[in-house]
Amino acid sequence: MQTSFTPEQLEDPHVAESEKILRRCVHCGFCTATCPTYVTLGNELDSPRGRIYLIKDMLENGRAADEEVATHIDRCLSCLSCVTTCPSGVDYMHLVDHARVHIENTYRRPLIDRLIRSLLAAVLPYPARFRTALTLAKFGRPFAPLLKQVKALRPLAAMLYLAPQSAPVRQETVMRGAQPIRGIRRGRVAILSGCAQSVLDPGINSATIRLLARFGIEVILPEGEGCCGALVHHMGREEEALDFARRNVDVWTREIDNKSLDAIIITASGCGTTIKDYGHMLRLDPAYAEKAARVSALASDITEYLSTLDLPRQEQRRLNVAYHSACSMQHGQKITLAPKLLLKNAGFTVRDPAEGHLCCGSAGTYNILQPDISAELKARKVKNIEATKPDVIATGNIGCMTQIGSGTAIPIVHTVELLDWAYGGEKPAKLTFAKEPAKH
Amino acid sequence: MPQPIQFLPPKQDVLSRRATIIDDLRGLLPADCVIHEARELVPFETDAFISYRRMPLAVVLPRTTSQVAAVMKYCHRYGIPVVPRGAGTSLSGGAIPQEDAVVLGLSRMSRIIEIDYANRTATVQAGVTNLSISEAVAVDGFFYAPDPSSQLACTIGGNIGMNSGGAHCLKYGVTTNNLLGVKLVLVDGQVIELGGKHLDAAGYDLLGLVCGSEGQLGIVTEATVRLIAKPEGARPVLFGFSTSEEAGACVADIIAAGIIPVAIEFMDKPAIEICEAFAKAGYPLDVGALLIVEVEGSEAEMDATLENIVEIARRHQVMTVRECQSATEAALIWKGRKSAFGATGRIADYICMDGTVPLGKLSYVLKKTSEIIDRFGLRVANVFHAGDGNMHPLILFNANDPEEAMKAEEAGNEILKLCVDAGGCLTGEHGVGIEKRDLMRHQYTPAELSQQMAVRAAFDEGWILNPSKVFPLEGRG
Repeated sequence: MQTSFTPEQLEDPHVAESEKILRRCVHCGFCTATCPTYVTLGNELDSPRGRIYLIKDMLENGRAADEEVATHIDRCLSCLSCVTTCPSGVDYMHLVDHARVHIENTYRRPLIDRLIRSLLAAVLPYPARFRTALTLAKFGRPFAPLLKQVKALRPLAAMLYLAPQSAPVRQETVMRGAQPIRGIRRGRVAILSGCAQSVLDPGINSATIRLLARFGIEVILPEGEGCCGALVHHMGREEEALDFARRNVDVWTREIDNKSLDAIIITASGCGTTIKDYGHMLRLDPAYAEKAARVSALASDITEYLSTLDLPRQEQRRLNVAYHSACSMQHGQKITLAPKLLLKNAGFTVRDPAEGHLCCGSAGTYNILQPDISAELKARKVKNIEATKPDVIATGNIGCMTQIGSGTAIPIVHTVELLDWAYGGEKPAKLTFAKEPAKH
Repeated sequence: MPQPIQFLPPKQDVLSRRATIIDDLRGLLPADCVIHEARELVPFETDAFISYRRMPLAVVLPRTTSQVAAVMKYCHRYGIPVVPRGAGTSLSGGAIPQEDAVVLGLSRMSRIIEIDYANRTATVQAGVTNLSISEAVAVDGFFYAPDPSSQLACTIGGNIGMNSGGAHCLKYGVTTNNLLGVKLVLVDGQVIELGGKHLDAAGYDLLGLVCGSEGQLGIVTEATVRLIAKPEGARPVLFGFSTSEEAGACVADIIAAGIIPVAIEFMDKPAIEICEAFAKAGYPLDVGALLIVEVEGSEAEMDATLENIVEIARRHQVMTVRECQSATEAALIWKGRKSAFGATGRIADYICMDGTVPLGKLSYVLKKTSEIIDRFGLRVANVFHAGDGNMHPLILFNANDPEEAMKAEEAGNEILKLCVDAGGCLTGEHGVGIEKRDLMRHQYTPAELSQQMAVRAAFDEGWILNPSKVFPLEGRG
């Protein structure tokens, strides 16, 4: 569509990039139909096309963000369903990223909103702080219903509700450094320990390491890596996000230069989408652009990587698995078939819930910052999943696991936990308490 | 030098009472149903005919028929123009507002009210998307036939407004042939029902009148549509030809032979390349033009129909015939076709024409179209419903070059006149909107036009419903 930027405005590389993105949009409106917030709220302002227009208007006029624009951009889940739908190839992801930074830099949020965002940014990306916070949340939980009554404090209530009743114990099996393998070495990969997942469910990476070791893949957990930066990136806190990215790029570059890496394995698809974007995020940093691009090229979701290993076909298990494709998996990374094929090959019966393209409402910190919309999306997702009558739900993102898990009694596990079990590992603990499936 | 399309000058008395009107609307509807902040109005200034933009006075997003009725009653009382909007996917500017108008958005009325298999009908709210009707009944083996390319997003209310078509309308007819009843809010807020679950109703066919009236006779809030049983099987087949003219002549011969496939869709070389880039459907890239012919029925039926079509295609030196091998492949073939307009955005801005011509003139019009485009020094991609002669030349241009944008409009007007002169009409399915409004005089005599306007006036004497659309601004009487 038509744009009107001055040559001076276009000197800013971020504006220039957004202008290019906007020029691709033909305003056809297809994106509205698959946008979770449009489907929920029925207002074009809460649709990709509406947001694109709001962003265009703000950037063209070189205006600071205001409450209206912030409201509608904040409601965007960054699920990228619109990107899958868009026939014109509008790069909405980088447009909304730019808008979030612009909002963060030019708009002063109400005090409570600022405090909550700062709290999230200061706690979630740091496993030790997060673990402490979860312990504290136990004591705060009785106050959640009270906090819920005040609109501005609802995010705090959401936080307390989301915190698991008991924080998982630190799993000592996950050690830094290289992990032992079985048989002939077929490859060498690094695995992202990351942040929240390592606290909420350390079993996921343990299962991954065991599974890979069984197939001769050496897994290393390099010292010094941490949060991928997605959590703050989606809050528009660009410098913090880039610092996280640079730190991880440094750590992995050391490993690549040292002994070479076949892949950087990520077991949380939300992180995967961001790490695959490091090359873009750091493109304007001459010291990092090339290294970051190299890291992005090596980044691989665990299911993508496992698909290259040609795992042997396993016997049927008579277990119905509802596969929930995280948005960051299907829309962000365009990985749609691999996880399901792996599960089928491993002997599971895979079921596709209806409306699979719609977000579960987790979306990083969205379920804390936008608790009402998030709750509606969760209910819708759980209903669609339960309609497939599954014995277990599998997915590839810790955020979705926490979100969906808080809305259903059906056990939810990471895809890789089922695969580890199918290829000789222990049955996932979450399943041992579930009753044996009846005959289907 | 041609002039850009004009809108009616805004009513000053309405503009001057803006604050009061907004207060009143907020009294009639819940707070979250009235949008009035300047920033938030901007995204409603246009639809998919994005060359033209006008800010609305306010936007309302009611949830019930009675809320719609309350808004209409109020606007009628004070002479405030109302522009209805479904999903805002109009290619003719049907949902573009104007400065003194309240946009009445139906997007929140998106509930399927009843599925009645005994009568093979679905009753839905106007804001339900076209595709979601078919999705709701697919598991039971049914579908809703008219399938505009924007069916993923466009609403049934908008489809009724424009009497929308689609690829599969060749066999099943357009919206009017699949619409059984509507709930209509009249301009003064009265609510009436037209039609029902039956095929015909006593008295005048007002339902037929409402379908295609572009939101000028009232606001449709509910619709009862016909459900059709899915065929035993369906198979899209790709036919590649060396030239557009050859493909066009083949279509005419297929129809002349009395064969009615479910769909005959046409793409020329630029369109094939655009669609393939998005959908990766496996369209042949070495041909000059492509027909997607879908046949349906039992295996034997499909084979027999196909045999006849292949025979005709051979007479036109068909270069490739490719039957699709799987449901996935078929879905991709349709995905590519249905995304053609949007996918064009990958290479250029465009305006999409909608002229319809007698099939015997298809080749001639294709040839003339490319001559017109050449004369203007522009580019074109043709992708359209060939079986019913409904052409969609996409005229490519650069929206940031105002001169080229005007040239594209001028070329478009010439192409539409060409269609009319060839014995066809201005619009097959996108509606007149503002885009083709001033060409209505080329299509109709003054007497024909004034008869249509008299019908309109019988429903909306004060011209407040979607006033800048359909009829030329001068001579409205």
